[in-house]
Amino acid sequence: MIPEEEMRRSDSQLAGRMDTGGIVPTELSARAGVELSGGGGGDGPVARSQWQLFRKRFLRHRVAVGSIFVLLFMTVICFGASWIAPYDRNSQDLLLGPVSPNADHWFGTDELGRDQLSRLLFAGQISLQIGITVALLSTVVGATVGAVAGFFGKATDQALMRFTDLFLIVPDIAILALALQYFGQTNFTIILVLAGIFWMYIARVVRGQVLSLKEKEYVEAARAAGASPFRIITRHLIPNTIGPIMVDATLAVAGAIIAESTLSFLGFGVQPPNTSWGKMLSDAGGYVGTDKAYLLYFPGAAILITVLAVNFLGDGLRDAFDPQSGRK
Amino acid sequence: MLNFLGRRILYTIPVVLIASFLLFVFVRATFDPTAKLRSGRADSAAVAREQERLGLDKPVVVQYTNWLGDFVRGDWGQSERTREDVFDMIRRSLWYTVQLIFWGILLSATIAIAVGVYSAVKQYSPLDYTFTGMSFVGLALPPFWFGLIAIELLAVQPVKWFDLQQPIFSFVGLHSGDSTGFNLDYLRHLALPVLTLTVQIIAGWSRFQRASMLDVLQSDYIRTARAKGVPRRQVIVKHGLRNALIPLVTVMALDIGVLFGGVIITETIFSIPGMGRLFYDSLLAGDATVLVAWTVVTAVFIVTFNLLADVLYGVLDPRVRLS
Repeated sequence: MIPEEEMRRSDSQLAGRMDTGGIVPTELSARAGVELSGGGGGDGPVARSQWQLFRKRFLRHRVAVGSIFVLLFMTVICFGASWIAPYDRNSQDLLLGPVSPNADHWFGTDELGRDQLSRLLFAGQISLQIGITVALLSTVVGATVGAVAGFFGKATDQALMRFTDLFLIVPDIAILALALQYFGQTNFTIILVLAGIFWMYIARVVRGQVLSLKEKEYVEAARAAGASPFRIITRHLIPNTIGPIMVDATLAVAGAIIAESTLSFLGFGVQPPNTSWGKMLSDAGGYVGTDKAYLLYFPGAAILITVLAVNFLGDGLRDAFDPQSGRK
Repeated sequence: MLNFLGRRILYTIPVVLIASFLLFVFVRATFDPTAKLRSGRADSAAVAREQERLGLDKPVVVQYTNWLGDFVRGDWGQSERTREDVFDMIRRSLWYTVQLIFWGILLSATIAIAVGVYSAVKQYSPLDYTFTGMSFVGLALPPFWFGLIAIELLAVQPVKWFDLQQPIFSFVGLHSGDSTGFNLDYLRHLALPVLTLTVQIIAGWSRFQRASMLDVLQSDYIRTARAKGVPRRQVIVKHGLRNALIPLVTVMALDIGVLFGGVIITETIFSIPGMGRLFYDSLLAGDATVLVAWTVVTAVFIVTFNLLADVLYGVLDPRVRLS
């Protein structure tokens, strides 16, 4: 027998919940992707798709939304450099030589009289290309390997973990520099070598996610219904880890841009006549403390702004995918 | 705990061995020690003699076993670049790098803990937002660019602005002239390299410490302690911070690798003859003997730090110790 008082209390609780206009308990509704309409205006629950919820939460993160515009702007001016840049990619003006920023050359010129603004835009093409390609490549490989290892467990999983352990005990930058020395330094090898390191981080994250997801009831149900491992991975596990995967892919763009610039600075990255932001900084490195130090500021600022925007975007995506993380 | 540590040590030994084997093969494949001889006027017989002297005519596994035997006995070979004993070179370089990393960890941990605790206790305060903004910038800065800008704006330019006799911060080496030891001169040399080495680390650790402190402050035992009337400071430090440090220790251990990579950049910019500079010079010169020894020593260091973190983990968290 339930005491009368207890009964009454639960009744009133139920009533209270009904009053707010919802029939589904709040906790459940959040999980099912149904958000209760605020204010208790009696509109009833408004069902929203996961995607709508995601978009709503993302748009609330104003810095992340702003970052998208910054990145779009950077992409457009860099890839449109052939039309936008005031001077040609490598046009020299030896008579002019190095001049500090002025009305003709907004970012100044280097010792060969090359317009730094134009060079910055063309260099951005390479930096962005490398950053984006590395992120895409390492995400596809990392997510696949991570999902397979996490799903099948045992030997496959052990192999992945032990293999990646090997790389954790030697500094990345040393491996990258060695590998580039071995494979040669073209844009293609730079992308391959960077992706060769970056996929491991993504694989470890996805593996962890899959390990916990594969114990969920819906995976069990799929298995009971006779779904093949391939189907379970592609239809159930990957879509449910898409949040962390997208966040990592975004952050990998930032990581790859910084790694490329560091390697180029050390001389193991992009080779002339190609140039990237890191390579420009490498060329300007010798001018520290001279009157040509202005050459240092703009390429570095370009990296800083791009990476900052990418990181903010990643932050916004994380908050949008996982509302709990945003409360910190 | 001892059992756990024993297993960890047993596990890391094969990892280091396999990693060193792969590196050995890779570095040997990248750089040919007889390249200089080949490019000169030496005939093929001389090249073959040199290969035999260095043991390059044997299968790679035999080469590796021989190398490992010598390595363990302290015979690390001779640098192809300077003809010096590699063991001596690394010992000398390691001392500089250990200094940089020691001060780097000390500085990063101090700042990160202070900032993290403040930001968590005063969440959403103006200063918390400032720190958050700064750490985002710190994480997005390419460290080498920060180093160059720091030399320009903190060492070179102030001389002009304030009409100084000499820069406040030096940016070549760790001592000027023949001065040694811990003194003002040392600190003035140390400031910029250590800052360059740690700018990303400080930013990352502060964010992490803030998050873990916030996590802890929301837990039930903190509420209990407050309800019991434990003084606020004591709750934050003894109940809060001590528990919030545990996750940071793990991150610190993982970032040792980042620091060892970071010295390659820092020491190159600031002309410090440490491990990073040694790696850079050896890589440019194709000095395989040094490179193999370098990577193995670095790997052993990183593994040791990871083990140390595990011990520290046990000290901080009784649950780990007991299980």
